[in-house]
Amino acid sequence: MAGKTVRRLLQGNEACAEGALYAGCNFFGGYPITPSTEIAETLSRELPKRGGKWIQMEDEIASIASIVGASIAGAKALTATSGPGLSLKQEVLGYACLTEIPCVLINVMRGGPSTGYPTGPSQADIMQAKWGTHGDHPVITLTPSTVPEIFTETIRAFNLAEKYRTPVFVFYDEILGHMREAVELPEQGVIEVVDRAKPEGKPEDYNPYDTSYEVAPLAPFGKGRRFHITGLNHNDDGFPTNDSTKIDEGNRRIMAKIDNNVSDIESTEEYLMDDAEVIVFAFGSTARSARFAVNRAREKGIKAGLFRPITMWPFPEKALKKAADKAKSIIVPEMNLGQTILEVERVTGHGTIVGLQRVDGEPIHPTEIIELIEKHS
Amino acid sequence: MATLKELAGQEELFSGGHRLCAGCGIPPIVRLVLRSAKGPVVATTATGCLEVGSTIYPYTSWKVPWMHSAFENAAATISGIESAYKALKRKGRLPVKPVSDDKDTKFIAFGGDGGTYDIGLQALSGAMERGHNFLYVCYDNGAYMNTGIQRSSATPLGSATTTSPAGSVIPGKEEYRKDITRIMVAHRSPYVAQASPHNWKDLEKKAARALEINGPTFLNVMSPCPLGWYSKPEDSIALAKLSTDTCFWPLYEVDEGVLKISYKPKEKKPIGDWLKLQGRFKHLFKPGGEEIIEKIQLDIDTNWERLLDMDGKLIF
Repeated sequence: MAGKTVRRLLQGNEACAEGALYAGCNFFGGYPITPSTEIAETLSRELPKRGGKWIQMEDEIASIASIVGASIAGAKALTATSGPGLSLKQEVLGYACLTEIPCVLINVMRGGPSTGYPTGPSQADIMQAKWGTHGDHPVITLTPSTVPEIFTETIRAFNLAEKYRTPVFVFYDEILGHMREAVELPEQGVIEVVDRAKPEGKPEDYNPYDTSYEVAPLAPFGKGRRFHITGLNHNDDGFPTNDSTKIDEGNRRIMAKIDNNVSDIESTEEYLMDDAEVIVFAFGSTARSARFAVNRAREKGIKAGLFRPITMWPFPEKALKKAADKAKSIIVPEMNLGQTILEVERVTGHGTIVGLQRVDGEPIHPTEIIELIEKHS
Repeated sequence: MATLKELAGQEELFSGGHRLCAGCGIPPIVRLVLRSAKGPVVATTATGCLEVGSTIYPYTSWKVPWMHSAFENAAATISGIESAYKALKRKGRLPVKPVSDDKDTKFIAFGGDGGTYDIGLQALSGAMERGHNFLYVCYDNGAYMNTGIQRSSATPLGSATTTSPAGSVIPGKEEYRKDITRIMVAHRSPYVAQASPHNWKDLEKKAARALEINGPTFLNVMSPCPLGWYSKPEDSIALAKLSTDTCFWPLYEVDEGVLKISYKPKEKKPIGDWLKLQGRFKHLFKPGGEEIIEKIQLDIDTNWERLLDMDGKLIF
């Protein structure tokens, strides 16, 4: 179906806000933090016009709690932050994982730890996305690398959150947050928008954690079904339990609903990978430098290719393993001190994996990647 | 209390050359507060304009030991420093013994309204309740100016910010500002006051009084912001004065529970006089804005009457 498409020059953070609106986001709870603030600012203008609710909360913890609350009431809810805010939000993110409340969190990555380098880019929160909150918990993290992709991946984040009843993260670095590119904004209906399953049957029979489903339907609070939600391990009806069988079942189930659907959640781009002997594994703005480097290497007759995870978590294990089997070497540039390289090593077990790391607040330059490609071709 | 000549003769503890904007209210506030201490000072600052503007490598404006931790915890950080100092003093492990309580080390935390009214309120409340010996100074410019003018709970009603934009849906911020000075009074702090940099004498007197008290004290200081107020830098001090002449920002103190108004304007000016000099309120001077100005005026009048009623009285 071809609708009317509007082409606009947008900043990454504005594209994110547009994606959220397209996906039906009708609640934003947030707090000012560089370099993500434009998401909040854009939505503070746009949401009221569309009947949505926009609240600036008093801090980062309140922001994530507000979107969990809004989502329980049936809203499609978003918050946006950066490193220090992400650290503060961790407890409630774990709560949303265990209580299976869909919500979307955007993290525009800046230098860290602590206040770090607020106006510089980084990709150093990737492991925090997976392991930030305590306990085993499901994680979906999307890592777009262009402004148009921030738009589409934000939509996909809402879809995955609704489908799997879990928090979904979109992580991109400050460069992408503030850079401007042309974005095609299609008419509503062109890109699929998923809404969470609604419960059927008698209200008194409703169980928010009904284990006969892989993902149980979530009823909005206050609309006919009375139920219990708690951050304690719980039964099918949501009430706390000390039953070790139910605790085990619940902990495994929230992981399994993601693990069993990796093929649906996974998204990667393989660029010039068919005959690639040197693979560059890169995401976010680093993948842009990597693409440039791969093209330059090809001009020089080196068979280089780019493997780009668009879904970072769950990690694209099968696709990367398959691609790596044919390769001579794998180059892993990233704006951190070696985070995704650990996963590349774990998954591929490849003998020649070379990291390229920067944590000085400057982007990784294509020439740095080209040098490594040439050295390891 | 020091005379102007004496003050001017004192060592400057917050030096120039920082990157705070022209017309910013923060530097005169910090300079005066630091000069009010008779002994050594240790300072912490919450994330915000003052922090980023005064300490960019390789320079610092601070001639006192100074620490930045995070956005929400300047009061918690100063609590830790002050407690450690007390413990070292008790154990006789301080290298130099203070000659008198008066000349003993003073602990001061600075925060903007975001770091004080919002994200830092819990840490501030905890420190006040535990009763650490420190002064907390809030420079209130009425929004998150450092991140690009987002509304805070100190933003006045009717003010346009990037997250309370004035337009056809909302006329700027729709909520009243939080009266944090009263919240601090409710902590039974021995000394809480409101001040403004245009009245340097009053500000210096209040800071000196707060620092001579052994206990948790609080100063809320009006801090004009040309960037976020869309006002002229050269108008800042006049705007600070107008905020007190309109009674938007009453100067008063609550000393050991007794409220005392420090300044009663001879002729209370209408709030429009203050609003019209600031671009953040310009939409209020278009058709439909009168009602909001009336609402602001009514709130100011009510608050001022209430203060006049309490003037000279023990309020807790």
